[in-house]
Amino acid sequence: MPKAIVLEKYCKSCSLCVEICPMKIMAISEKTNEKGYFVATCVDQEKCTGCTLCATVCPDVAIEVYK
Amino acid sequence: MKKVFERTKGLSDAHFTFCPGCTHGTIMRLIAEVMEELNIIEDTIGVSPVGCAGFCQDFFTCDFVGAAHGRAQAVATGIKRSLPDKMVFTYQGDGDIAAIGTQHAIHSAARGERITSIMVNNAIYGMTGGQMAPTTLEGMKTTTSPFGRDPVSAGMPMDFPKIIANIPGAVYVASVSVDSPKNINKAKKAIKKAFQVQQAGLGFALVSILSTCPTNWGMSPVDSLDWLRENMLPIYELGVLKEIEEVKNL
Amino acid sequence: MEKVLLKGNEIIGEAAIRSGCKLFFGYPITPSTEVIEYLSANLPSQGGTVLQAEDEIGAINMCYGAACTGNRVLTASSSPGISLKQEGISYAAAVELPMVLVNVNRCGPGLGGLGPAQSDYFQSTKGGGHGDYRLIVLAPSKAQELYDYTMEAFDLADRYRNPVMVHTDGFLGQTMEPVVLKDRPEAPEVDQSWVVNGCKGREKRILASYSLTNEVGEENNLHWEKKYKEIEEKEQRWESFHTEDAEYLLVSFGTTGRICKSTVLNARKKGIKLGLIRPITLWPFPVKGIRPLVDQLKGIVTVELNTGQMIEDVKLAAECKVPIHLYRRQGGMLPTEDEILAYLEDIFQPDGSGEVHE
Repeated sequence: MPKAIVLEKYCKSCSLCVEICPMKIMAISEKTNEKGYFVATCVDQEKCTGCTLCATVCPDVAIEVYK
Repeated sequence: MKKVFERTKGLSDAHFTFCPGCTHGTIMRLIAEVMEELNIIEDTIGVSPVGCAGFCQDFFTCDFVGAAHGRAQAVATGIKRSLPDKMVFTYQGDGDIAAIGTQHAIHSAARGERITSIMVNNAIYGMTGGQMAPTTLEGMKTTTSPFGRDPVSAGMPMDFPKIIANIPGAVYVASVSVDSPKNINKAKKAIKKAFQVQQAGLGFALVSILSTCPTNWGMSPVDSLDWLRENMLPIYELGVLKEIEEVKNL
Repeated sequence: MEKVLLKGNEIIGEAAIRSGCKLFFGYPITPSTEVIEYLSANLPSQGGTVLQAEDEIGAINMCYGAACTGNRVLTASSSPGISLKQEGISYAAAVELPMVLVNVNRCGPGLGGLGPAQSDYFQSTKGGGHGDYRLIVLAPSKAQELYDYTMEAFDLADRYRNPVMVHTDGFLGQTMEPVVLKDRPEAPEVDQSWVVNGCKGREKRILASYSLTNEVGEENNLHWEKKYKEIEEKEQRWESFHTEDAEYLLVSFGTTGRICKSTVLNARKKGIKLGLIRPITLWPFPVKGIRPLVDQLKGIVTVELNTGQMIEDVKLAAECKVPIHLYRRQGGMLPTEDEILAYLEDIFQPDGSGEVHE
C-alpha cells in the first residue's frame, strides 16, 4: 500500500505538502522536532496514492514515498 | 513495496539552513538528483557564492569551493581550466550572478566556458535581509526600495538569462520555475541538460530558476508560490531560451 | 646552463614555466604586460594554459579556482590592477592557497605613472586586502633575481600554502639583462591532501573561508597567525653589503637597493664606512639583518621610491636606537648614487667629528 513518510528531523512546517496533496491527507501535527517545528504528517495513510507530489514540492527533502 | 521517492545520494544528511518554505532546497535537490543520475557526484566540483545560496556547499556530497561574492564563475573557470575532465558548476543567487558578478557571467558565456551555472532568482537579496536585487520587480517593496522599486531611479528588472542567451558561447539557456510539481519536473530536465552540455563539452550552459523568499517577501510559503506565479511568471518568461543544434541532439 | 638576454618581465614568465607553473590568468596592464604576452606565446606549448580574463578581479579568482586544484598558478599585474585583485588575494590567503602574484609597481596613487616606484610597499606587506593576513613578498633587484626569486616563490607558496608576491617595478620589468636559466631547484615535497579534484574514494572537501561561529573564527585566526609567525622565524632574507664594519647603513630594496650598492662603494672611496642591507623578503621583514648592527651604527638612511613606507619597519627593526632618515624619490623618478650619498653626508656629517648631527 502506498505511503508518504515524513522524515521529521528535516521538516520545517512550511505546509507546501499540505497544500499540494490531492487527497488532502497531509497535515501539520502538534508534534515538534528537535528544531521546534511542528512536523507535517500523513493523517490517513490508507488514502495515499503514492503520487509523490508532496515529496516533489517539499523544499527540505523531508518526505519519502513508498508504492 | 518500493521506495519511489527518497533522498538522493547527491545530498548530505545535513538539514538545509534555509527558512521554512524557501525553494532553494527544492533546487538543490534537483541538482543533487541530476548528479546522481548522471553518476558524476565524485567527478564534480561545485562553486558556492555568497548569500543564502552559499550554504549549498554544506549540503551537496561533491567537492566544493567557496567563492567571493559574484566571483563564482571566475573561480569555476579556474577550476575547469585546471581540471578540464571534471564537471564544474556554480550555484548563484540573482544578486551574485546578475549584479556584483555580471562581468564574469557575461564573459564565461562569451568564452563558451565549459561550466554549468545555476541562477536562483527570487527577486530579492535574502541573506542580507531583503534588499533590492537587479531582478526586483517594478513597484516591489524591499528594504532599499521601501516605496516600491521606482524604474526612474532604479531601472527595470533585468531578465538576465535573456541577456546571456544573446551571447554566442552560451549554447544552452533555460528559464524555469519551481512553483509547481510540473514546473519542478521541467526544472530538473533543464538542469540535467545543462550538465549534459558540459559533459559533451559544447559550451556554456545557464539555467535560471524562479524561486521564493517567503521571509523577505513577508508571506507564507504557500502564498509565496502564488505570488511567484502571479507576479514573476509574467515578467520572466519560462522556457528554453537558447539551444544550439548539438544540444538539441543530446 | 643556458644564458639568455631577456626583458625582466619575460624572465618572470620563463621562470614560471621552468617552475612547473601550469596556469596563468591575467589582464594586461603596463608595465607588467610582457608577462602575459610571454606566457601566451610560450606556456601553451609546454602543456599549460593562459587565459586573458575579463578583468583583474576575474583573473585573481580564476587563480583562486585553479589553486584549489593543486596546480601551480601565476598572475601578474601592476598597481591599480593589484588593487582590483585585493579581495581575491584575501580569500586566497584565508583558504591558504599557494599561488604566485607579480606586482610590477607603477607610481601612484590613482592611475599614476609607469616609472619605477615602490609605492605599494604597505599594500604588499601589511595584507593589502581586508582581514588580517600576510603575503610572503620577495623583492628582486636584477634580472637574475627576477628569475631566481620567481622560482623560489612557487616553492614558498607550496611549502606554506600561502600566496607569495614578487614585488618589482617597471625599471626591472622593462630592462633587458642577461640571465642564467638555472634548472628548477628540487621542489619541496608538499602535502596535497587538501586539494579539491573530485571526491572519488574519499570524503568530500570544501575549500572556503566562511565561518559564522566566533569560536571557529578565532581558531582560524590563531591557525593563520601561527603560520605567519613560523614564516617570520624561518624566511627572513636579505643581502648584506659591506656591513661588517659599517658605521652608517642604507636600507633599500629592489631597484634602489641596486643603486645603493654604488653609493656604498663611492662612500667607501671617500673613507665613509657605509654599508647596505637589501631586504630580499619585504615580508617577513629582515629584522634579523638589521638588529645585530644597531650597536655599531651611527645612522641609517632608508632609500625608497615612495613617501616613506619601509622606514617604519626599519625603525621597528632598529627599535629606534639609531637615527633613521628617509631619502626618497617619487612619481617614477630614480635617485642617483651620488644624490643618495650627498643626502647621507648632509644628514650625518660622517666626515666630521663622528658625532651624529640631527
